[in-house]
Amino acid sequence: MMQAAVKLKIDNVSKVFGKNGNQVVALDNTSFEVKEGEFVTILGPSGCGKSTILRIIAGLTDTSSGKALLDGKEITSSGADRGMVFQSYTLFPWLTVQENIEFGLELKGMVKNERSQIALHYLDLIGLKGFENHYPQNLSGGMKQRVAIARALANDPEILLMDEPFGALDAQTRSIMQEILLNAWQESKKTILFVTHDVEEAIFLGDTVYVMTARPGRLKKRISVPLGRPRTFEMKNSPRFLEIKQDLLALIREESIKTINM
Amino acid sequence: MPRFSSYFTPKVDIEKNVYISLGILVFVIFLLIWSLLSYTEIIASTFLPTPHVVLLTAFRMLVDGDLFNHIGYSVWRVVAGFLIASLIAVPLGILMGTLKVFEGFFEPFIGFIRYMPASAFIPLFILWIGLGEGEKIAVIFFGTFFQQTLMVMDVTKNVSNDLIDVAYTLGATRRNVFKKVILPASLPGIVDTLRITFGWAWTYLIVAEIVGSTVGLGYMIMQANRFLNTEKIFVGIIVIGLLGMISDVIFKLIYRKLFPWLHEGGSIKSDASSC
Repeated sequence: MMQAAVKLKIDNVSKVFGKNGNQVVALDNTSFEVKEGEFVTILGPSGCGKSTILRIIAGLTDTSSGKALLDGKEITSSGADRGMVFQSYTLFPWLTVQENIEFGLELKGMVKNERSQIALHYLDLIGLKGFENHYPQNLSGGMKQRVAIARALANDPEILLMDEPFGALDAQTRSIMQEILLNAWQESKKTILFVTHDVEEAIFLGDTVYVMTARPGRLKKRISVPLGRPRTFEMKNSPRFLEIKQDLLALIREESIKTINM
Repeated sequence: MPRFSSYFTPKVDIEKNVYISLGILVFVIFLLIWSLLSYTEIIASTFLPTPHVVLLTAFRMLVDGDLFNHIGYSVWRVVAGFLIASLIAVPLGILMGTLKVFEGFFEPFIGFIRYMPASAFIPLFILWIGLGEGEKIAVIFFGTFFQQTLMVMDVTKNVSNDLIDVAYTLGATRRNVFKKVILPASLPGIVDTLRITFGWAWTYLIVAEIVGSTVGLGYMIMQANRFLNTEKIFVGIIVIGLLGMISDVIFKLIYRKLFPWLHEGGSIKSDASSC
């Protein structure tokens, strides 16, 4: 296999929230890399600064020290080259599904025909063909998140940031969404950085899993997932999968206990 | 047939025709009590005229054009005062809800003024503007503007930060975020604010017309009081109630037309769909 180029580099990034006396270190000297086309998951207990990493990369929050680089260029503000999918439902309720997907394309000044073509392609990719004229309020949670993924992908970002996008969904829906996402990833060949607190999800989706510590957030362990592609849900019961899962569960449990006692 | 007890289970829906019947029933009961008290003269007609006398008075006033004259003036004053207030309050409220600089500058002062009763300013307005239309409109403006501004500000502030953030990650500039996210997201709340404050504008209108006016529904009520034409007071109050109801219906229609995405849109129900 050819060595892929480094897409994203997080270089000694720290983030401190609050002012003197009342400070919280959300992120402490964190460094890691994501390669071009790689699917990286970050696994951590709630409130460990996972989202902060994504927000820094998206340019929505700045670092207290250190820097984040995309294709070697330091990130200083938000931009269309870093798409993001949030845990909460963020479709614009006054726009139809198709208009939502076209939102970023319209900002780029793309003409209607071209926009429409791209939107319909991604709608098809996430399995929601025929829903283009629906308003978000008529969609279920899983459908909304699929449209949010399509909207982010349609914008053709360099990297897709996902902040627990399936966190609010029930277990069955979540499992199907993971497969839909992997399918879209394989087709679009995007680099994805995916944050979750679900051990199984982190392993199933990722080429690489980073485990984070509880506050202050730090990377505790890096694991290369030795499972082939494409992944199928049956793999979740393979001995290899279960072995990694055991390890990670123990690690994350340790951290969660710390969070609870904080 | 649902069990009777289900009508008294908290928050349980009832059939639509039962719901509507209940609404009609209360008007019937109201009329019955009114009739009972007035026709039997338990309360003297000077204090409580009978329903048909009120109706006849209204009819007579309609025929001789008197009522329309009063209504015309009142409606024009309310609409003028309300429009001027809204035209300033809506943009200002949006700016205050969006930019902290504006909020910091205006909020304390508006918060201070809004507790001053508009009616207390009537003598001042008469002193400054005189007794004309300007003074009436000023009272209505003063009564609605400050509340409107703060309510619009709150609506705008409540636009979800995630919606704004996602727009940035889709390549939006600050200008885009304002035009394409904050504005459309707060529009329904703004229309609702206008609907509610329009009702308040009516209250201030009557206050304004009771003092130093020669025409208008408030004046008509005041005049009727002076000559003990109680049935005219009733006509005035009922007309104001009807006008209020009509404006409410108009606002609700606008709301439906403007924001289809809040009610219908697509066609399926969320529970009928797959994941």
